[in-house]
Amino acid sequence: MTEAIQQLVNGLSLGSIYALIALGYTMVYGVLRFINFAHGDVFMLGAFAGLFLYPLAGRQPSIGGAVLILVLAMAICAAIGILIERLAYRPLRERPRLNVLITAIGVSLLIEYGGQHQAVLGKNPRTFPDLLPSTNFSVGGAVFGSHQLIVLGLTLLLLVALRFIVLKTRIGMAMRAVSFNPQAAALMGVNINVVISFTFGLGSALAAAGGILYAMNYPSIEPLMGVMPGLKAFVAAVLGGIGSLPGAALGGLVLGLIETLIKSTRWSNYADAVAFAVLILILLFRPAGLLGKTEVEKV
Amino acid sequence: MKPIHNLTLAGLLVLALAGCKKSDDGAPAASVIKIGEYASLTGKEATFGTSSHQGTQLAIDEINAAGGVLGKQLVLITEDTQSKPGEPATVVRKLIFRDKVVALLGEVASSRSLEAAPVCQQNKIPMISPSSTNPKVTEIGDFIFRVCFIDPFQGTVMANFTANTLNAKRVAIFTDVKSDYSKGLAKFFKERHLANGGTIVVEQDYSGGDKDFKAQLTAIKATNPEAVFVPGYYTEAGLIAQQAKQLDLKVPLLGGDGWESSKLIEIGREAMEGHYFSTHYAPEVASPLSKAFVENYKKRFKETPDALAANGYDSALLMVDAIKRANSTDGQKIRDALAATKDFEAVAGKITINAKRDADKSAVVLQVKNGQFKYLQTIAP
Repeated sequence: MTEAIQQLVNGLSLGSIYALIALGYTMVYGVLRFINFAHGDVFMLGAFAGLFLYPLAGRQPSIGGAVLILVLAMAICAAIGILIERLAYRPLRERPRLNVLITAIGVSLLIEYGGQHQAVLGKNPRTFPDLLPSTNFSVGGAVFGSHQLIVLGLTLLLLVALRFIVLKTRIGMAMRAVSFNPQAAALMGVNINVVISFTFGLGSALAAAGGILYAMNYPSIEPLMGVMPGLKAFVAAVLGGIGSLPGAALGGLVLGLIETLIKSTRWSNYADAVAFAVLILILLFRPAGLLGKTEVEKV
Repeated sequence: MKPIHNLTLAGLLVLALAGCKKSDDGAPAASVIKIGEYASLTGKEATFGTSSHQGTQLAIDEINAAGGVLGKQLVLITEDTQSKPGEPATVVRKLIFRDKVVALLGEVASSRSLEAAPVCQQNKIPMISPSSTNPKVTEIGDFIFRVCFIDPFQGTVMANFTANTLNAKRVAIFTDVKSDYSKGLAKFFKERHLANGGTIVVEQDYSGGDKDFKAQLTAIKATNPEAVFVPGYYTEAGLIAQQAKQLDLKVPLLGGDGWESSKLIEIGREAMEGHYFSTHYAPEVASPLSKAFVENYKKRFKETPDALAANGYDSALLMVDAIKRANSTDGQKIRDALAATKDFEAVAGKITINAKRDADKSAVVLQVKNGQFKYLQTIAP
């Protein structure tokens, strides 16, 4: 029983990181109908931004320092996301969607393999510093790490904040309008460029938050660290119904639980295979995803 | 009959010509002797390759300073395998065919030595692996040697240590299924542990490169082991120790020489404290030769040499000694000299090459204490 509860905690904490990355995927898709495959790499850049900003926090684990690093890294990655969109995707906006998709894969490979150059980030894994003092507490035999709770809490907080931005603010209304019909939105006086830049910035900031939380839990970071979590988050976004924010969160948690379940058995090597089999099954039998149909509102 | 006879003659002629060609190329026209090295200088096991390479380079430079060998200077040509599968075979081909090295040194990781060894064997270039411990490496052929012990011995050492020093009976094994080294070590540990009267409570797997091990560790914890054997490499071992601590799994973790890296403590931090691993050598157990080595190494690289550096040094030392004894740079002659090695005085203990082209050497067990590797005991073969 204790073991089952512990595995549930493990699965939720792994899943909440997938959820956090999936939120960014799904939001960009919701507005632009396009999968930003470089999202997992912005996630990696977020973790490295945290590493390079660490001296700012006085090289001491503290709550203030961690928040400062988180916010700065999110800002840096938002700028990177906006830059990527400006340079790589905007020139192709009027072209067929496939062109942008392939460009996104190119951007992703550029960041991954450019980052591996010795003069940029280097191939060797770096050790991510302890940003926060961590404690363990146990409930009924199951052990919770404070980092795990932070990940879960922050994911929920960001989900609520995103929904607020999308549903209750002017820019959110503009995002929904662009998502619904870009031409009509432009005719109504919505500045499409600003809305799309904002969407990319927001998505990249989420990826950065995910990168830092991931690195806090698994403190060995390298330029290819975003590939697997990025793919898993993509599966999570599709599983939950791509374009739907609560769907991405749910998809992430479900995927984390499935993976943990497989890993706790003798077939642990098939955990990744199962995660991608889920993608195929969902696309075959429920292409809209778990929450895709019931969710009327598209970001 | 006649045409066949002619063909035979022609064949003989070709062979003779080929023979001439070869002796022309192999003629000591060059004023240097080239030795190739392939190492993981970057990537996941970068500290292995770097330590090993620094040891090798130190040995070559010292020999050159003392006048070289056979009246010639040595040149070490190093290629990076990037810790990636597929690379070793490529870079070793380059070393053999383009650089025309007479002998090869490398690698630390068994999977990668296993990729390069067949290339060396086919081209009759003698190869010494400094630190690959999987038995399969030297089984590739009679041109492949190593200067370290093998996993059946290392697994036995850790199993005996578990039984005699830790008094632990119920042990869990957590293996990296992507690594030949890890799988081999796990197998030999298990055999000896069962023979010692212990039980294996659970066997779990991970894949090298994974970051999250909590699911497997929770399953391991549920079986109440007294110790967990983690025969993997340092990046994963560090993360595993940290996650074990987060899950309140408070039993000793045991590893092999794949743990030996400063990164182990950098990643695992205080969660690494108190865990044990076996390796080839500890600077604390010093012969005069190894004292001089530690001193020179510290002077040049500003760090204390680890076992991989010592093995790298020894591999170069032994190869050069074999060239000297063979009095030739011919692959076959160097091979014969290597195979005849007996009681060769090296940094990490005396090396005798046995019939399987492995070195019979003792192992040491180290413990992580206050962020340092502390020498605990030496176990003879």
